[in-house]
Amino acid sequence: MAAAEPMVVVDDLHVVYRVYGAGGDKGTAATALLRIMGRKTRGSIREVHAIRGVSFVAYRGDAVGVIGRNGSGKTTLLRAIAGLLPPEQGNVYTDGEAALLGVNAALLDDLTGERNVVLGCLAMGMTKKETREKYPGIADFSGVGEFIDLPMKTYSSGMGSRLRFAIAASKSQDILLVDEALATGDAEFRVKSHARIEELRGDAGTVFLVAHNLEEVELTCNRVIWMERGQIVTQGEDVIGIIDRYIEASGGAPVERDPVTGARIHSRIPAKT
Amino acid sequence: MSNDRRLSAPGQLAAGDELAPGGTATAELPDEPLAEFAAKHGLRASAQRPPAGRYIRNLWQRRHFILAFATAKNIALYTEARLGQLWQVLTPLLNAGVYFLIFGLLLHISRGIPNYLGFLVTGVFVFNFTQRAYISTSTVITDSLPLIRALRFPRAALPLAYVMIEVEQMLLSMVVLAVIVLITGEPLTWYWLLAIPALLLQTVFNVGSGLAVARLGSTVNDFSQLLPFLMRTWLYVSGVLFSISTLGIAHKYITILQLNPAAIYITLVRNAILQTQRQSQPGAQPYNAQLCREWHTVGHSAHATKQQQMLSAYCHPVTNPAHYWYYGIAWAVLALVVGFYFFWRAEAKYGRG
Repeated sequence: MAAAEPMVVVDDLHVVYRVYGAGGDKGTAATALLRIMGRKTRGSIREVHAIRGVSFVAYRGDAVGVIGRNGSGKTTLLRAIAGLLPPEQGNVYTDGEAALLGVNAALLDDLTGERNVVLGCLAMGMTKKETREKYPGIADFSGVGEFIDLPMKTYSSGMGSRLRFAIAASKSQDILLVDEALATGDAEFRVKSHARIEELRGDAGTVFLVAHNLEEVELTCNRVIWMERGQIVTQGEDVIGIIDRYIEASGGAPVERDPVTGARIHSRIPAKT
Repeated sequence: MSNDRRLSAPGQLAAGDELAPGGTATAELPDEPLAEFAAKHGLRASAQRPPAGRYIRNLWQRRHFILAFATAKNIALYTEARLGQLWQVLTPLLNAGVYFLIFGLLLHISRGIPNYLGFLVTGVFVFNFTQRAYISTSTVITDSLPLIRALRFPRAALPLAYVMIEVEQMLLSMVVLAVIVLITGEPLTWYWLLAIPALLLQTVFNVGSGLAVARLGSTVNDFSQLLPFLMRTWLYVSGVLFSISTLGIAHKYITILQLNPAAIYITLVRNAILQTQRQSQPGAQPYNAQLCREWHTVGHSAHATKQQQMLSAYCHPVTNPAHYWYYGIAWAVLALVVGFYFFWRAEAKYGRG
């Protein structure tokens, strides 16, 4: 690994969210007036220290799985890597641009899938010609079929995330951040998206994958970061070992594995073709 | 990151919190400080705002995105309404109708303005261009959060696209305006071509100030609540409904009001397409003390004939119409430079939840 080229360097990162109007105050006009009259700064401001001193380095060609319970800071970490949340302390350094693919990232709800594909491509900096060339591939990959002519708000959550994944994965992103985006896809789509992630890694990109489906992380990633309360519990290339420890720590039943390959005996994900 | 953004609440780490066990968390890290390690390999801080030059180049590269986004949004805007795209024309028409009913028929505010309907409708349509641009850009960042959080592109593309939507809307309403003005009896002359540079300048002004409004709307939570009131005040002081020069306030205030950007662009368009306006401009004819005094005494009254109303042309000019062009250019350039700088400064902050 020493000779490998770093793509993402996270240096003692802290991220703090400020939540306005959390608790205490009833949030009525009267209490707001009292607050202003009393010249208090909004008393109900609450700081949530979501990432507390995280450091790691990811290299070209890595697929990094980020695991941990809800609220452990996984999504926040991805957003910070994407440059969407400024760090409170420390810094995130990236080589090239990072694209975040979140489960809620409906691009433009009121526009058709087709328009979303075109606008997504153009926004990522493709030329008109490139967009025209890529369009059939994206529409095909997403598998939304004739629904491509309908506004995205009419899509099921699975269809929406498939289209978003297809758009974001159409360009060889330097760094692709996938936040639960594959969770809603069906079995066929998972196989396709795993293949695409492999391809992106081959194109010398780096992929981060947040997933609660641990088997997905096992199959896709060569490294894993386990987060708890905004800190890294452990990280490393022993993906299966760390996942088993994580399952144990969260009180789940141990996974039955093939003693030689480490693969799951009762796999719920169809084998890659 | 500047120092004031440093960790503000170290106490947030509650006493009982366990830290990362063992040394595993820091395994695999290079020996040297990470910042130096990153710099050595040519990595850049991800939440950094690009320098202005590169930012403008990136923006230029996304020009197709801006246009495609504007067109798509424009189509989506009216898909819910039964009359669809027809509302693009109906909205300005209804607007003009309401103002004419109240200020033209009920309040008799025309105060000797020749062709009051043409005067009013031109003012409403030109002002509407800026008003709509502001109202829409004030929410553009919050409207586009999913897009901002999913893809990296210069954020200024979004307010620019929204202003482009309003340009399209404005062009349609100008067609409506031309028809109304011709119906009110104004002649079609070569002067009409002067409306094109005037509206171009206004577009540049809207782009620049719209960028500033977009940043304000995204950072000051209460701004979009306040904006409609600001806009209505601006409408009333910009001579949309009445002629500023007939207001009963001190002369210097009249001049200030006449030089505000909305009034400048409105006057430029009015002078281009309304012959009655051109001829009644103070200073349109050689100065004549006798005739000017007559305008001051009888020209204002509601019973004044059209001939008497036009007498202001013989008074001293309040502002030479040529100056209006200089002011129009100055406002446009100023708004563009200041607005762009103001928006770009906060580039890394858009999209925070």
